[in-house]
Amino acid sequence: MAAAGGGRSGAPAAEWGGFEDNMQGGGSAVIDMENMDDTSGSSFEDMGEMHQRMKEEEEEEAEGEAGAGEEEEDGEFLGMKGLRGQLGRQVADQMWQVGKRQASRAFSLYANIDILRPYFDVEPVQVRARLLESMIPVKMINFPQKIAGELYGPLMLVFTLVAILLHGMKTSDTIIREGTLMGTAIGTCFGYWLGVSSFMYFLAYLCNAQITMVQMLSLLGYGLFGHCITLFVTYNIHFHSLFYIFWLVVGGLSTLRMVAVLVSRTVGHTQRLILCGTLAALHMLFLLYLHFAYHKVVEAQIGEAISSPAGTVNQDMDVHILLLSLLLFS
Amino acid sequence: MAAAEGSGAGGSLFPGLADVSISQDIPVEGEITVPVGSHSPDEDYSTLDEPVKDTIMRDLKAVGKKFVHVMYPRKSSALLRDWDLWGPLVLCVSLALMLQGGSADSKDDGGPQFAEVFVIIWFGAVVITLNSKLLGGTISFFQSLCVLGYCVMPLTVAMLVCRLVLLAGAGTVSFIIRLIVVGAMFAWSTLASTAFLADSQPPNRKALVVYPIFLFYFVISWMILTFTPQ
Repeated sequence: MAAAGGGRSGAPAAEWGGFEDNMQGGGSAVIDMENMDDTSGSSFEDMGEMHQRMKEEEEEEAEGEAGAGEEEEDGEFLGMKGLRGQLGRQVADQMWQVGKRQASRAFSLYANIDILRPYFDVEPVQVRARLLESMIPVKMINFPQKIAGELYGPLMLVFTLVAILLHGMKTSDTIIREGTLMGTAIGTCFGYWLGVSSFMYFLAYLCNAQITMVQMLSLLGYGLFGHCITLFVTYNIHFHSLFYIFWLVVGGLSTLRMVAVLVSRTVGHTQRLILCGTLAALHMLFLLYLHFAYHKVVEAQIGEAISSPAGTVNQDMDVHILLLSLLLFS
Repeated sequence: MAAAEGSGAGGSLFPGLADVSISQDIPVEGEITVPVGSHSPDEDYSTLDEPVKDTIMRDLKAVGKKFVHVMYPRKSSALLRDWDLWGPLVLCVSLALMLQGGSADSKDDGGPQFAEVFVIIWFGAVVITLNSKLLGGTISFFQSLCVLGYCVMPLTVAMLVCRLVLLAGAGTVSFIIRLIVVGAMFAWSTLASTAFLADSQPPNRKALVVYPIFLFYFVISWMILTFTPQ
């Protein structure tokens, strides 16, 4: 019995011997998985398998010994004799599980970066061409227009918009009570790009439009080129009428392009109306929001000329509302 | 000799292998070369055993050498090969500290806080590195972080100069001086980092990598230029 017990506790040491060598060897932190039989994913099955294997080995070795019944008993429920071997096995098994988990986590992290790689496969001339195209509405809406599923241009445009927003906030001494300037700028721009893209993709799914998420991100991202130009000019040259002209012309052109591309990919009048109306409204309103919320310009002269009775608090808001209503209702 | 003849006679079945068998009388001689890898445990212990002053001086010298490389950007691979993040950390912390006093007393949160500057620099560097890797760059993650961090040094110098100029007064003249200094340092930073990073990209995509670096240093320069102590 002692011999059988010793033989069985010796066998797991030999089984895991390669594993221990690796841990003490030349400082390598990689667990050599060649010694382990990776046929099953569950440790319980592995334990069962090893039990089976060791039982077979012992049966081969101790054919002459009258201990077959006792060996089977020992194999079935692990008494005190097998405790040391079982503990060693469990500890080694736990370490193997941890190592495997770490390796798979590292691999999935690296694999995530590789997923994005094909979307960054562009040349500078392509980026420039797409930037210019984003301002030119297409005429042919009868068959689906091609949208490049590329993320480099949109990402750079979002960051450029963040930089321009920061510039605008700084020059107008915007006061942000909760949060920081940078955080607000990044949150606004990325929130718009990702949030409105997701919302439009959801609407496109409802309206049966043929567009993928990456294409939607790309389309909306390139549409921000108009926003960048408008804000860059109007944050430096403070004329209200100039902003409205830019808003209509530049914003309108980029909106028309996006709308035309979407229309070419949607069937049915109601669906086209829903999709394009929503996109146009969100796009144009975002530009308005960026101008008003982050660029407070105190213009005493225009305020006096219009002589708003509300006081000095929302002077230029009144000016803007007045001009807007004049434009819309004229 | 007799044994050799004996083995030669006995090995007629395998003529080519006749001289392989060695009798016990012939001593085995030769040289055994020990592989170099077995020395590594000794080397580790030797740098562990050295005095702390030696370790610190060696690291300081490495950091100082990299600073010199940034000051005079040449196409050398020393900055890339032995990367370390001590220099970027020191520069980032000093820049954030100098930008801190913008509006420390007032209730309005108009100036950048320490954490904001810190996060901008590191988050921006990480984004640029990911971008260059996705565009097919051959440089590793930490090497790129190291280069971008070290190239913040001209802007830190610009911040120092701006603070000194602002001590003298905050008029139009000082603004023009600050504008010139910050502009020059911004150009220097961008050129220095481009000299190191653009080589690792495919040649026709250099512009795609340079633009985010330009934007990154532009944001930092903008924060420096618009800094007004309260």
